[in-house]
Amino acid sequence: MNGDAILCVDLTKRYSGPPPGLRGPRAGGPGANGGGGDGLAGDDGGGVLAVDRLNLTVAAGEFFGLLGPNGAGKTTTIGMLTTRVIPTSGRAVVAAVDVVAEPALARTRLAAVTQTNTLDRGLSVFDNLYFHGRYFRLSRAECRRRASELLARFDLAGRAESRVDQLSGGLAQRVLIARALLHRPQVLFLDEPTSGLDPQSRLRLWEELAALNRGGQTIVLTTHYMEEAERLCERIAIVDHGRLLALNTPQGLKDEVHAERLLKLTLATPADSDGKLAAALRAVPGVVGVETDGRTVRVQGQAHPGLVVGVVNAVAQAGAELRDLAVSEPTLEAVFLKLTGKEYRE
Amino acid sequence: MTATDLSTRTAPAPVPRLTLAAGAATALALVERDLAVLFHDLFAYALRTAMQPALFAFVFAYVFPRIGQGIGGSRNAAAFAGVLLPGLMANTLMFQGVTAVALPLVSEFSVSREIEDRVMAPVPVKVVALAKVISGALQGLFAALVVVPAVWIATGFQAPVSLGHPLRLITILPLGALVGSALGLMLGTVISPRRINYLFALLLVPLTLLGCVYYPWAALGALPWLQALVLANPVVYMSEGLRAALSPQLPHMPLWAVYGLLGSALAVLLWIGLAKFEQRVLS
Repeated sequence: MNGDAILCVDLTKRYSGPPPGLRGPRAGGPGANGGGGDGLAGDDGGGVLAVDRLNLTVAAGEFFGLLGPNGAGKTTTIGMLTTRVIPTSGRAVVAAVDVVAEPALARTRLAAVTQTNTLDRGLSVFDNLYFHGRYFRLSRAECRRRASELLARFDLAGRAESRVDQLSGGLAQRVLIARALLHRPQVLFLDEPTSGLDPQSRLRLWEELAALNRGGQTIVLTTHYMEEAERLCERIAIVDHGRLLALNTPQGLKDEVHAERLLKLTLATPADSDGKLAAALRAVPGVVGVETDGRTVRVQGQAHPGLVVGVVNAVAQAGAELRDLAVSEPTLEAVFLKLTGKEYRE
Repeated sequence: MTATDLSTRTAPAPVPRLTLAAGAATALALVERDLAVLFHDLFAYALRTAMQPALFAFVFAYVFPRIGQGIGGSRNAAAFAGVLLPGLMANTLMFQGVTAVALPLVSEFSVSREIEDRVMAPVPVKVVALAKVISGALQGLFAALVVVPAVWIATGFQAPVSLGHPLRLITILPLGALVGSALGLMLGTVISPRRINYLFALLLVPLTLLGCVYYPWAALGALPWLQALVLANPVVYMSEGLRAALSPQLPHMPLWAVYGLLGSALAVLLWIGLAKFEQRVLS
């Protein structure tokens, strides 16, 4: 495929009433907010503006993340790109097909894994994949072959004949992804794929998604987990209230907003009580905060090339002995805080 | 990046349009899926389908005449069986439309969301709904055919079935099955899961009891207001049509009314059902 996998131009969605139940009951967890609340960006009398003039491109082969809190407009954006939500205005092209003008054709080139378990409970695991392929007009033989291949790839071969309501959340999520891949979509959309999964299942899914992307699969993922976006995505779009706040690589985002990093110093003896060390540290260029607690000193500093050397020198000049120094990289959480001016709500 | 920068990039290439054959292939696969689910549990399904009409026929057309009370009168037990069989088949067609289409749709739209994978099939969304109507009608046909031997046996082998009008039978039966199934689509897309209990009390019971299932429409001549009222019930035309096909010796509505009203009901129910289905799927 040449060019962009996804192109959005001024993509906008305004719901005339309350946003419809695009999502089912949420997978649970602390993020559950009663459900049905995506895109509650702002109600100004003319309905709810869920996505507001979104412009972005995703390159073929890219692992792209849409990061934002609940209600940011992520699900509505994915809904528009996957033909389920009709944009109010603007244009969206996925795998060279205009999703509004040619939704049925666009669906042959994309696949969507939604937040809820949508496996067909009337069918076995294998038949879920088999019939999915049949809907996409693949031959019976090819459906059988692809289903077996994908079940093996996701380590599900032993579950082929299982009923889908007997699967755990992690297994069901893998079956959903295997099924989505059956018709060889050019772009795979995953809407909060790990919400509600236990930590092991989440790690496992991350590995599988990373491997898929290494194999050339374009993936667009929405998440409200900072760690997930940072770990998997090559580029991240931060959205809130339906607007694109920032778009960059994870590192680029941190540099862009000059997010602070934290230096944790451990001293040989408790820090002086007269504040000499703290004063010396505050004088180092880039340092914005110092907090002493016995032998531990926490230094907050902005991205600055001489920051670490400056801090080490300041400790020596103040006559203290440094035993250990740990530098925490800025987190996307700090980036989010900078961009929105508010605490991140998962 | 501004909108103008973006719009100059990647104009969509000309794309092949969806052909009718491709749409039909997907629709067939969707029907095949429904039938695969049905065949998985065929025996239980047949038993469930046959139980109610068989017991009904047994009590009213076999037991009652023999214990001295009866709807058709004790002398006319066989004639009553002739009224009953087409009526029970019609009732089954309607009932199947609701159980095979409406109930699954209500739960798939709200609770399980299983419909998601099917509405993402590469066809216009209405084709997915149409496939559901077709598989519902096939299930209805199968159920109506199960009812025939069940009623035959339950009435002590005395339902006087005539096969003298095969053309009527092979047209009215599928037409009635499609009407039942389209009714199921319409109900399945407009009813919320919280209201599902009302469906049986407020809709299915009146449709059955006032559907000329247990009596021919002409017999309602004694109650002209009721005879006029039941004309709004599509089950009436299924019952009367099947009576014209299987028990032509009994009074029945003219065929033009049967075909005309069943055809119109199908068109209206499909039109509403398909539009509502699309509204539920897209936002």
